[in-house]
Amino acid sequence: MEQLFIIFFSVVVINNFILAKFLGLCPFFGVSRELKSATSMGLAVIFVMTIASIVTWFINRYVLIAYQVEFLQTIVFILVIAALVQLVELFIAKTSPMLQRVLGIYLPLITTNCAVLGVCLLNIKDDYNLIETIIHGLGAGLGFTLAICIMAGIRERLSVCRVPPSMQGFPLSFVIGCLMALSFFGFQGFFTH
Amino acid sequence: MGFGAEFYKGIFKENPSFRLVLGICPTLAVTTSVENAIGMGLAATFVLLGSNIFIALLRNFIPDKVRIPSFIVIISTFVTITDLVMAAYAPDLHNALGIFIPLIVVNCIIMGRAEAFASKSSTGASIADAFGMGTGFTLALILIGSSRELIGNGTLLGFPILFSSFKPAVIMILPPGAFLTMGLLLGLFNYISRKRSS
Repeated sequence: MEQLFIIFFSVVVINNFILAKFLGLCPFFGVSRELKSATSMGLAVIFVMTIASIVTWFINRYVLIAYQVEFLQTIVFILVIAALVQLVELFIAKTSPMLQRVLGIYLPLITTNCAVLGVCLLNIKDDYNLIETIIHGLGAGLGFTLAICIMAGIRERLSVCRVPPSMQGFPLSFVIGCLMALSFFGFQGFFTH
Repeated sequence: MGFGAEFYKGIFKENPSFRLVLGICPTLAVTTSVENAIGMGLAATFVLLGSNIFIALLRNFIPDKVRIPSFIVIISTFVTITDLVMAAYAPDLHNALGIFIPLIVVNCIIMGRAEAFASKSSTGASIADAFGMGTGFTLALILIGSSRELIGNGTLLGFPILFSSFKPAVIMILPPGAFLTMGLLLGLFNYISRKRSS
């Protein structure tokens, strides 16, 4: 239980996927202009990350390792994620129009989100069992949502401020990212081991 | 447009990192030192070159509806080759770059060039484009890597450069320093291109 809590807490804040591991930066800067779309993006990422973690864990265990073709990991994982996203999209469109409205356009974007492939690769690299994999996937998604929502909140406020023309848009967002990473850095000493 | 122009546009005018702001994840993650930056740049250039050639050759055979999955298969084949070759011949670099080598698959630069350029252009032009974009990406990584290594560690490529009383600002090689360096360099590039156009 303690182990699970450490995995969860460390992936949400200490080793936050965006601010400490640099995974999923494209949506972090691209979809953080307003809080509403940032939240939807975050929800879609939590959803896909958790499912992708579980599915790739089974595929790794019962297909790749069983047939000794681990070198195909990258190809198989990215194709599985792409197929999975399509499937989830179809499923949501059929069953829940409400979710479809919220997540709609963000789901296809997730296929090329490196955070999703990253979380699947890290699960395998760190040799997690199924429960740890689920916690890690869920935590990574939550950490992503936390960071992108804070970013969107700050950028909404900044949109009414006057900034030097050369720093507008991306450059300023990166500097904000720096300040956020700096403050998240404060969590670093949380677990001593 | 000649091959030369296809090559040069990737270096400044359409530099993937600073002008198009694509593929930022590896740009920030591996630039803690110049050595890692060069390794990542070369790996991405190789994948870009391989995928651009194959996609340009196959562009008339790939049905439009399944083009994205086909591109992904081609790109990940080259990524796997890079991954295995690097693990065999440069194990230290392979360790330092970690999961960012398999993650070249989802680097938007490569997918972006496949979709926007190689699937519509001749093989020769695609090769020039891949070399240009790859060089632009590598140069950008080296620029970020050297500023971070110099300020954060006082060295370049592992050799001490600054005088010995210089106290390195370690924050520059930690994650916050990556965001800061990238933000300031992007601002600088914007300033230069505004100056040029006015």
